[in-house]
Amino acid sequence: MTDTYGILIDYHWCTGCHSCEIACQMEFGFAIGQGGIKVFEIGPWQIEGDTWQFDFAPVLTDQCDGCANRALAGKQPTCVHHCQARCMTYGPLSELAIALADHRKQQLYSL
Amino acid sequence: MTEKREYVLIEHEKPWTYEEDGLKVARGSAWTGPGCHIGCGVLLYTDENGRLVKVEGDPENPFNEGRLCIRCLALPEVTHSTKRLTYPMKRDKALRGKNQFERISWDEALDTIEAKLKEIAEQYGPESVLFMQGTGRDIAAWISRLAWSYGSPNYGFPLSGLACYLPRVSGMYSTTGSFWVCDCSQQFPDRYDNPEYQDPEVMILWGNNPLISNSDGFFGHWVVDLMRRGMKTIVCDPRMTWLGARAEIVLPVRPGTDAALALGMLNVIIGEDLYDHEFVELWCYGFDELAERAKEYPVDKVAEICWVDADRIRTAARLFANAERACVQWGVAVDMTREALPAGQAISALTQITGNIDRPGGMIIPPELIFYGGGFGADLLTPEQTNKRLGMNQYPLLKFGFATFQPDVALRAMETGDPYEIRGLWLQTTNTIACMGADPKRWLAAAKKADFIVCTDLFMTPTIMALADYVLPAATYPERDGLRIGDGPQRGETINKVVQVGECKSDMEINLELGRRLNPEAWPWQDVKEMFTSMIAETGYDFDGLRAVAPAYPRYIYRKHEKGLLRRDGSPGFNTATGRIELWATVYANAGLDPLPYFEEPEPGPGSTPELLDEYPLVLTTGARNWGMFHSEHRNIPRLRSLRPDPLIEVHPDAAEKFGLKDGDWVWVENQLDRAKRRVKLWPALLDARFCSTDHAWWFPEADPEKLYEVFDLNINNNVTWTPGKSGFGSNYKCMLVKLSKVEEGETHD
Amino acid sequence: MAEYGILVDYEWCSGCHSCEVACQMEHGFEPDHFGIKIAELGPWQIAGKKWQHANIPLFSEQCDLCAARTTQGKLPTCVHHCQAACLSYGTLDALAAQLKEKPQQALVALR
Repeated sequence: MTDTYGILIDYHWCTGCHSCEIACQMEFGFAIGQGGIKVFEIGPWQIEGDTWQFDFAPVLTDQCDGCANRALAGKQPTCVHHCQARCMTYGPLSELAIALADHRKQQLYSL
Repeated sequence: MTEKREYVLIEHEKPWTYEEDGLKVARGSAWTGPGCHIGCGVLLYTDENGRLVKVEGDPENPFNEGRLCIRCLALPEVTHSTKRLTYPMKRDKALRGKNQFERISWDEALDTIEAKLKEIAEQYGPESVLFMQGTGRDIAAWISRLAWSYGSPNYGFPLSGLACYLPRVSGMYSTTGSFWVCDCSQQFPDRYDNPEYQDPEVMILWGNNPLISNSDGFFGHWVVDLMRRGMKTIVCDPRMTWLGARAEIVLPVRPGTDAALALGMLNVIIGEDLYDHEFVELWCYGFDELAERAKEYPVDKVAEICWVDADRIRTAARLFANAERACVQWGVAVDMTREALPAGQAISALTQITGNIDRPGGMIIPPELIFYGGGFGADLLTPEQTNKRLGMNQYPLLKFGFATFQPDVALRAMETGDPYEIRGLWLQTTNTIACMGADPKRWLAAAKKADFIVCTDLFMTPTIMALADYVLPAATYPERDGLRIGDGPQRGETINKVVQVGECKSDMEINLELGRRLNPEAWPWQDVKEMFTSMIAETGYDFDGLRAVAPAYPRYIYRKHEKGLLRRDGSPGFNTATGRIELWATVYANAGLDPLPYFEEPEPGPGSTPELLDEYPLVLTTGARNWGMFHSEHRNIPRLRSLRPDPLIEVHPDAAEKFGLKDGDWVWVENQLDRAKRRVKLWPALLDARFCSTDHAWWFPEADPEKLYEVFDLNINNNVTWTPGKSGFGSNYKCMLVKLSKVEEGETHD
Repeated sequence: MAEYGILVDYEWCSGCHSCEVACQMEHGFEPDHFGIKIAELGPWQIAGKKWQHANIPLFSEQCDLCAARTTQGKLPTCVHHCQAACLSYGTLDALAAQLKEKPQQALVALR
């Protein structure tokens, strides 16, 4: 059996630039506001002193098919390809699970 | 036969254009229009109907490595927008402001424009036509050549104090003979892996959120790359940003006081003996004088001026100076203060006295294929015409480097006819009354006095609606051929035409065709490709040859000053009068300016007009970018507009409570000059409840054209005056005192 | 290194906010501070009768995965109180195995 693929998001580094969302919308012709990935803002709020909560987190929706057609052509999913902060990784879940264990504030999705 | 310069090339898997799944793919550079300051590597996908259907980042291009921002991702919806201008139009001068344009042919448009410009030149002299551009589009070379070949010395930007990058760039040239950017390995095709390259240990992000603004050839997310590799950051920003939340230290500087902050940091670095003695000794001029000046800015005094905690300033200065490799990534906030030149000078001195000059991970001189800043063809002007350039007499610094008019002087000429009447305006890719023009109603009234106005742009704009007698439709980048030259390290890259929309022509095509009519000797080329080939002659490539191999990287050498590579005489040192980096600037002294950096309170401001604080208690900064828009563009692209439907003002919850405002309220942002509408966004991340921040360049393309798309309701530059700094550079666009009050139902600006 | 995390089965998250409030009460956070925060994924109509209408909890800097509770053998309070029982706590290894079993899940590394 072939390994399941997934997307690992190191959301500490997501800058909220929306490139994943718009790349996805354009790839599939999704309506404005829809899409297979959606970026959420967590913050900003001041935790204390100089420490602020200010993160963004992309989340995969029901419209995400893992860019199946691109995968067949040997390409990365378009969100991963265009991520400006390079905080997204595409690969076999077994490999991503190892990377997930590297540090906290990472999300792993199975495709 | 010109000898080929030495280039470092990358390997391509495929030719520059190929087929993929029934689509045609073309590799190339994304440099404008729509506006952009960088120019990423892109793959353009077109279908059998010749439509652009998809844009992807080119993973082979070392500049962006496949990444792309949303304005390029959504480009098909810009290029093929039904709102595009797609044919030339004319309108009777008496109908300016009325939505009554008439479609005409290119021949009629160019015939009439040629005849009219020749008539003006004959009757009043070519200097009475001003050639103006906006920012961020590949246009400076072509429009300047058009102006100069016509005989007008008056090419420039309708921006008070030229307050965007030019103050910093002119300042750097004046004091060092070069200009400088942070070393993020962008000059190497193998980037971070290049064996000579080392990461900066510390980067100051000064008045700049590069992730969103991507200014001046700097791909903002390189900062994230470097942070993930371990680089520390110091963020100077009145707002807590995403970058600030990840910074080693944040300096929440009061808008307009950046010069004082830099002088305070210099005071610490010199006072605590943290500077690079060897570099200062060998390569700097005027250190003792700078040290004396810095003594006038003790940290406690600076803390009071800037509203920043004194220990924070000390910590930041030490962190920066103690780093082995450090650099400053700065933004337009430095220019958009009246005394911008000394502000830039003080900030530059931080990198200079710490020796972070032309070495890995410091500040580097970006390689240049063509000197883009100087325009294209200044030799076409006679000395007599050159001397008529507006502002050159008042502001001697304009004689060096940038050959633009001084915009505040140009405005007065438009208004008063002093020193001569302005008869014609050529406005190419500038939406002046929505964007860079200060006090836009004043500028509009002055512009209306011109007998003849031609505008060139992608879309209808408030400026075109208000002013144009003739309108020429310009092209987006997939519709044109071009060379990617511009800000930042230049690479040999081409912009490649893959689609045609309506009758649009590229900006350079328009300039070439008109130029050939006005002055054929100055434009000896049959088409733009021939023109580009002649421009890059010294590279040894023709246009098609460069397109096949692009991007071509000039070989980069560090420590050029040690190797005699910066001066024309080949001796070591810098290209200045003293051969050194001039901390005490000879050029400024010769121009009658203070040769050392200094700080002046913005006026009005809490420091200069405290009596105004009762009425106008908030300090407003403007111009924060948002992801989907480039200055006044993209308001008519629904997918991008959906991310920022309205102009927002960020207000601290404490201030909102004081003014009785809640999230989403429409307010008037008002100062002693005028007011503009904004929607309140409660934002706890303003680092002082007295700060507020808003975006700029708003108009509503969906609103009534004959109300100029509500631009005067929405333009925050209603609150900005035309008052440049002493050098002619700098203007207070980003620091003003304001109050906020609710907009009553149905209330408009007038 | 990260060893522990939470597996979110967001097919079932009802958006009840129990996780948010439990977390605030556990840590004594102000009302505008969150260790976990619900994001609304939709609603928008995808096609025909199908809607994208889901909720997904996201984890902030302030999430310590209830270190105090877990050392006592208790579950993190968000997991404990989740009304839809769509949160699982465990080692990343164990949760990664569950992640493969169905879509609409995200595995978040948190400690």
